[in-house]
Amino acid sequence: MNRRLTGPVRLGLAPSPVTRVAILGVVAIVFAIPLLSLLEFSFRDGLSGGYTLAHWTGLFDPENARPYRTLFQSIGNSFLLAGVTVGIVLVVLLPTMLLVHISFPRLRRVLEFICIIPITVPAIVLVVGLAPVYSIVVQVFGGSVWTLAFAYGILVLPYAYRAIQANLDGVPVVTLVEAARSLGAGWPTVVARVLLPNLRRGVLAAAFITIAVVLGEFTIASLLNRRNLQTALLQISTSDGYVAAILALLSLAFAFVLLLIIGRIGSAGNRSNS
Amino acid sequence: MIDTQALRTAAWPTEPATTLAITPATVELDAVVKVYGTHRALDGISLALEPGEFVALLGPSGCGKTTALRALAGLEAVDGGSIRIDAEDVAGLPTNKRDIGMVFQAYSLFPHMTVLENVEFGLRMRRVAAAERRVRAHEALDLVGLGDRGERFAHQLSGGQQQRVALARALVTRPRVLLLDEPLSALDAKVRVQLREQIRRIQTELGITTLFVTHDQEEALAVADRVAVMREGRIEQIGTPEELYVTPATPFVADFVGLSNRVPGVLKAGTITAAGATFELLGDPQPDGPVLAYVRPEDVVLDTSPRGKGLAATVVASSFLGSLRRTTVRLEGDLLLSVQHDVSLQPAPGDGVRVGFRGNPVSAISAP
Repeated sequence: MNRRLTGPVRLGLAPSPVTRVAILGVVAIVFAIPLLSLLEFSFRDGLSGGYTLAHWTGLFDPENARPYRTLFQSIGNSFLLAGVTVGIVLVVLLPTMLLVHISFPRLRRVLEFICIIPITVPAIVLVVGLAPVYSIVVQVFGGSVWTLAFAYGILVLPYAYRAIQANLDGVPVVTLVEAARSLGAGWPTVVARVLLPNLRRGVLAAAFITIAVVLGEFTIASLLNRRNLQTALLQISTSDGYVAAILALLSLAFAFVLLLIIGRIGSAGNRSNS
Repeated sequence: MIDTQALRTAAWPTEPATTLAITPATVELDAVVKVYGTHRALDGISLALEPGEFVALLGPSGCGKTTALRALAGLEAVDGGSIRIDAEDVAGLPTNKRDIGMVFQAYSLFPHMTVLENVEFGLRMRRVAAAERRVRAHEALDLVGLGDRGERFAHQLSGGQQQRVALARALVTRPRVLLLDEPLSALDAKVRVQLREQIRRIQTELGITTLFVTHDQEEALAVADRVAVMREGRIEQIGTPEELYVTPATPFVADFVGLSNRVPGVLKAGTITAAGATFELLGDPQPDGPVLAYVRPEDVVLDTSPRGKGLAATVVASSFLGSLRRTTVRLEGDLLLSVQHDVSLQPAPGDGVRVGFRGNPVSAISAP
């Protein structure tokens, strides 16, 4: 009875430390086995049973530049797309969210609903809708690969919105804006000197998530006949499985590093707030 | 009764005299209207502040006092009337062009800047040279007693310190008008009393025209030259704290500013007869008939002696309030009266006592 009054009640549902380690171990194995297998495969020396670094070094060997030219172009396309998509997020989504948060708070639910829609629509359905739109986009902007960023700008809305909104909710934006305005700051100064420094964490997280999503996107690029990293990976896997495995590992490692950076930014933000 | 003497003796470090030169301005709100949907938040309020005057807008939540202040700051567009600072119509000016200083209810320091950078922000916006900026920012921080906290961040300061930095930040630009939007409401009671005294002292030193919004009548009466009591978007009465307390113009003011007993009586030719006593009616003439007279607790006299004079009553409760004691008594007919008296009298619940009235003028409303 006293124990109930003096401390939290344990219902006996929490797993023991051993169980927790076991669960974590199983999950780690499930994730690690395919990755390690992929890594092991990338070092295999054909059917000889031995291992070699030739596949890794060959990928970056200038003598092989020609056969891999299309591949590196596709990687370049993906980074270009990531950059333009981040630009769309920063130029379109971020100002819209700030405007809604500061001046039209009643529209917040509407904006949230709109931004979440893309996550509920399968990519294949999205492409069916985008195909006729892109016939016009091509007429206006040409058929360059960067135009795919318009579609990616929609695709990343749910992730970018969440990252920025979480930061907006943690900062007294309206009060800071009003304080800055009362001190003589115009709107550009308010955004540059007051809002962005305080929203840095959310904006960076949105940018990194956007990059990760764009680098991993396949369906839309493939169905709209554009070349990016993922379509190139599929294509090259039919002729050179080793290079496909190496690039898959590298892109996963890149995404992992991005997520680590996001995590560090988040924890740094939490420390400074506390 | 508000114990202003106790407030004035609240301990606070003495700050050095400032050389911040502020030119006080006149402020005029003339028939200002603000409508939200069908709700008239400001229903044609008019208010004039003399140069260097400290005026408090006092009223319950939702009465429009913060809306009035925000309209003056340019944070709310008005739907009618005019707002003038130094005879200049500022209704069309954005907030950043109105040359005001403002302290908010919520902590509003920029979290990514140090205290010094926060205070320098307004000067930076006015393109003041770096050297002068630094000197003036230090001077403003010294003024609020935080000269040694310049390198700290907002989260390293207490709530009271943050509001003092916000005050320094608002004053460092030498604004024409200082606007205070319930700056003390988030602070604990002791700090609140200390800070309001400091605000008043600095305001007097600088002579800056100040509009102070609060829902705390004790706060308003303690610091303001004049107090405007607001209700449902209108100003009920403007006057000095003494005028509001002693001669409230309306029952609402009598009820809101200080405590009042509602004693049923009859009004005839400007004189109220209630509970065996007669009172002169305050304010505008009213039609004769039954009324509720508003009698202050300090205008009721308590007599605990066995052969005392006055109406027989029974003590219901008695509270010790430091320099005075407040006792609630029940008269015949179940009428409850609050009596304020000296602490030397210590009535206990159930005691038989006598009560009388000093006979000061009272305000009244028609009885339902």
